[in-house]
Amino acid sequence: MTLSSAGLERYIDAASPVHALDARVKLLLTCATVLALGLLPPGAWVGVLAIAALIWWAVLQARVGLGTILRRAFVALPFALAAVTLVFTKPGAPLFELPLGGLRLTATDAGLVAFASVVVKSWLSVQAALLLTATTHFTDLLHALRALRLPAVLVAILAFAYRYLFVMVDEAQRMLRARECRSAELPGRPGGRNLGWRAAVVGQMVGTLFLRSYERSERIYVAMLSRGFSGELRALRSRPLSTTEQGLLLVLGALLAAIALLANVL
Amino acid sequence: MLELDASPAPAVAPPPPGAAVAPPILELRNLCYSYPDGTVALRGLTLQLAPGEKLALVGPNGAGKSTLLLHLNGVLRSPNGAVLIDGVPIDDATVRRVRARVGMVFQDPDDQLFSPSVFDDVAFGPLHMGVDEAEVRARVARALDQVGMAGFERRMPHHISLGQRKRVAIATVLSMDPELLALDEPSAGLDPRARRSLVGLLRTLPQAMVVSTHDMRMAAEVFPRIVVLYEGQIAYDGPTAPFLADEAQLEHYGLERP
Amino acid sequence: MGFESLAQYLLLGLHIPDGFLSVPVAALWWLLTIALLAVAVRRVGTLNEHQVPMMGVMAAFIFAAQMLNFPVLGGTSGHLLGGALVALLLGPWAGTLVMACVVALQALLFQDGGLLALGANIFNMGIATAFVGTWVGTALLRMFGGKPWGLVGAGFVAAWISVMVAALLTSLQLVLSGLSAAVVFPSMLAVHLFIGIGEGLITAAALAFVVSTRPDLVTSLTSYLSPKAVRRPVNRGALAAITGVGLAIAVVLALLSPLASSSPDGLERVAEDQGFLERTQDAAYNLLPDYTIPGIDGPISTILAGVVGLLIVFGLAYGIALLIRGRSATSSADSTPRASPGGRTGA
Repeated sequence: MTLSSAGLERYIDAASPVHALDARVKLLLTCATVLALGLLPPGAWVGVLAIAALIWWAVLQARVGLGTILRRAFVALPFALAAVTLVFTKPGAPLFELPLGGLRLTATDAGLVAFASVVVKSWLSVQAALLLTATTHFTDLLHALRALRLPAVLVAILAFAYRYLFVMVDEAQRMLRARECRSAELPGRPGGRNLGWRAAVVGQMVGTLFLRSYERSERIYVAMLSRGFSGELRALRSRPLSTTEQGLLLVLGALLAAIALLANVL
Repeated sequence: MLELDASPAPAVAPPPPGAAVAPPILELRNLCYSYPDGTVALRGLTLQLAPGEKLALVGPNGAGKSTLLLHLNGVLRSPNGAVLIDGVPIDDATVRRVRARVGMVFQDPDDQLFSPSVFDDVAFGPLHMGVDEAEVRARVARALDQVGMAGFERRMPHHISLGQRKRVAIATVLSMDPELLALDEPSAGLDPRARRSLVGLLRTLPQAMVVSTHDMRMAAEVFPRIVVLYEGQIAYDGPTAPFLADEAQLEHYGLERP
Repeated sequence: MGFESLAQYLLLGLHIPDGFLSVPVAALWWLLTIALLAVAVRRVGTLNEHQVPMMGVMAAFIFAAQMLNFPVLGGTSGHLLGGALVALLLGPWAGTLVMACVVALQALLFQDGGLLALGANIFNMGIATAFVGTWVGTALLRMFGGKPWGLVGAGFVAAWISVMVAALLTSLQLVLSGLSAAVVFPSMLAVHLFIGIGEGLITAAALAFVVSTRPDLVTSLTSYLSPKAVRRPVNRGALAAITGVGLAIAVVLALLSPLASSSPDGLERVAEDQGFLERTQDAAYNLLPDYTIPGIDGPISTILAGVVGLLIVFGLAYGIALLIRGRSATSSADSTPRASPGGRTGA
C-alpha cells in the first residue's frame, strides 16, 4: 500500500443530503448493505442489481462523483485473483478447459458464477464503504461509534491514532527519502550490501520511529494535563435521531433485509 | 523593475587557454517542474556550476528553493528540462550513481538521521555503495573530523544538540565523497555559536555547493555567487556582494539585509 | 504475471476484502474479536489516561512503520506487519488494542480490508499475532535471554511464527468460505514463509535498538535479559517443537481442509494429473446457498469447522509454549518462584 500524505484524505467535500445525514445512520446502513450483499447466494443477480442500484442512487445523491467511487473501488480487484480458483474448483457443468503445466483445468458454469459473484459483491461492498468515507468526517464517525456503544477507550485510541497518523506517515516517508538519497552505487559495484543488512537498517528505522512516537506521546500527555485533562474522556451528548433519519434507517434497512431474504428464498 | 540577468558573472576564473574544459559539475537546462496538483513550481531554470564553486540560493518561501534542491540528486525528476551532473543527465539508469556524487542535506536533521548511532548514520552511505569495511571506518573518521564531531561515534543522534545533529547530517553525506553538496537552510535554528562553526565549516569544505538559505550574512561570508529564485524563476544570478548592497532589490525579493 | 507480483497482490496485506468471507465465518470471527477486545479493554484499564494517547500514537507509529520497506528481489520488498513487535514492546493486551486500531483504521479510512471481514482481519493481524508473538517470544527469552543473540533470536522467531499463524488463519477463513484449500493454503504459506523472514529481521533489529536505547521503556523485556533473571535451561526438544510449529500447523490445517472445502479430497486431487478440476459430483456436494461442509447442512457446519480449526491453531501454539515452560521447569535445578526478592531486576 503506497500512500502519500496528500492521498491519505478520502473525504470528498460537497453539500449533499448524504453529507448532512447523521453518521450513525450512514454507518449502520453501510454495514447493512455489506451484510445484505454477503447474504446473497452466488448467482442472485437480481438481488445484486437491486443493491447496486441502491448504492449508486446514494452515490448520486451524495454528489461525490460516481466515476470517482467506481474507480477507487478497483482497489479490491487484485485480491480477486485469489477467487479465480473458484472457476475451476466448483463442481458443475464443464464449460472450457485450460491447460496449465501438467494439469488440465476445467472451468465450470457454477465456478464462473461463483467467481463473478465474489468479484461483483466485493466491488460493490467497497463502493458502499467508499461512500461512507467520502461523505463522513472521521471525527463524526468516531462520535457515531461512541453513540453506538463502542467503549470510550477504543474511541479515544482511534481518535489519537487518526490525529497523529499523518504526522507519523510523513515522518516515515521522510526517513525513506533520506535513505533513498544515500542509497548510491559506484560504477561496477552493485549497491545494497546484503538482504540481512538492509532488513536490519529498516529495523533500526522502525526502532527510531518507535522512540520518537513514544516520546511524542509523552509530550502529548503532558499537554493534555496542562489543559485540564483529568482522566475522563468527555464528548458532547449526541442528539437523538430525527424522525426522517429514523425513517430512512428503517425503510432502507427493511429493503435490504427483504432483498437478502428474497434472494435466498426464491 | 524586474530585470532578469541572463548571463551569470563568472565566479571562477576561466581555464587557461589550451587546457581541457571540464564540464560543469551541475547544469540545469530549462528545468520546469509542476507539483502533482498542477501548481507550477519551477519555470525554466538554466544555470551552470563549476567544480568547487559555491553558490547561495535565496528567495522568499514558496519560491521553489527546496523543490530545486530535490532535483539535484534525482528525488524529483521532471520531463521538462534536464539536470546534468558532470555532464550526465539524471534518469532512472543513472540516478544511483548520481547519488554517490551529490550529497543532499535536509533542513531538519531528524529527516536525515535514521540510525541508532552517529557512526551507523555516517557509515550508511559508503556501506550501501559497497565500500569495504576498513575504508568505511576511515571515511567515517574523516567525515566526523571535518565537521568537528570526532569522538561522537557511539552517541545517539537523538541525544545531541540541534547544531551537533546538523553537523552529523553533513558528515553523513561527506563520507560518500561527493563532488557537489546541496544543503537546505543549514543555519536555520542554530544559536550564534553553532552558526559560527557551521559558517567556518562551509568555508573549508572543498566541494561545489548549492546552499539554500535565508541567512544573508552567511551568504555574504561564504558564497561568492548568489542566485535569487523568485516565483519559480531565476531573478538574479551573479556576484553576491553587489547584490546584497542593493537594498531596493533585497526588499523587492523579500530578502533580509545582511 | 510473475510469481512475485502475484505474491504482492495476494497478500502483501493480509487484509481480506468484503465478499470473500461467508457471513457465518465473518460473524464467528466478529464474535471472537469482540470478546477478546472487551477483555483487552478491561485489562489495560478503562480510561487509564496515560495509556490512551500512548496507544493511539503507537497505532499511528505501526501504521507508518508498515511503510518502511527494503528491497528483496527485483520489484518486491519486505516490510513489517508489527503485531509481534508491538506486543513484545507493550505487552500482549496493549499490543492487541494497538493493532486492532491499526487494522480498523485501514478498513475505515482506506478500505484496506472489508467491514464485514473486519472482525476476522483484526483477529488475524491484531490478536493472533500479538499473542502468538508474545508466547513464543517470552518462551525463547526465558531460555536464551542471557545470550548475546537471545533478544534478536527470540524476536526473529516470534515475529516469523506470528506471520505464519496470521497467514494460516486467513487461509482457513477463506477456505471455510468456499475457496479451494489446495490453492489457498500452499500459496499463502509459501508467500508468507518469506514475508515472515522480513518481519523477523525487522522485528529483531527494532527490538535490539529499543532495548539498547531506552531499556527503561521495555522493562518487561529487559527483565529476561538481565543476568539475574531466572533462567530456563535449553531444552532441545522444545526448541525443535518451536521451530517446527509453523510447519506443524500448516500440515494439520492442510489435512483439515478436506473437511472444510467443497472438494473433500483436496490433497489427493492435487496429486492427480487431471485436476481437482474435472469432476462428476452427486447432489450431496452441490452448492447450497452458503458454503458448507459436505455432509452437514447449513451455517452450523461452517461455524463448527471454524471453531475446530481455531482450537487446533491456538491449542498447538499455546500447548507448545506450555510444553516448553513445563519441561524446562521440571528439569530446572533452579526453580525459585518469580516473586522472590533478588530473583529479578526491573519493574
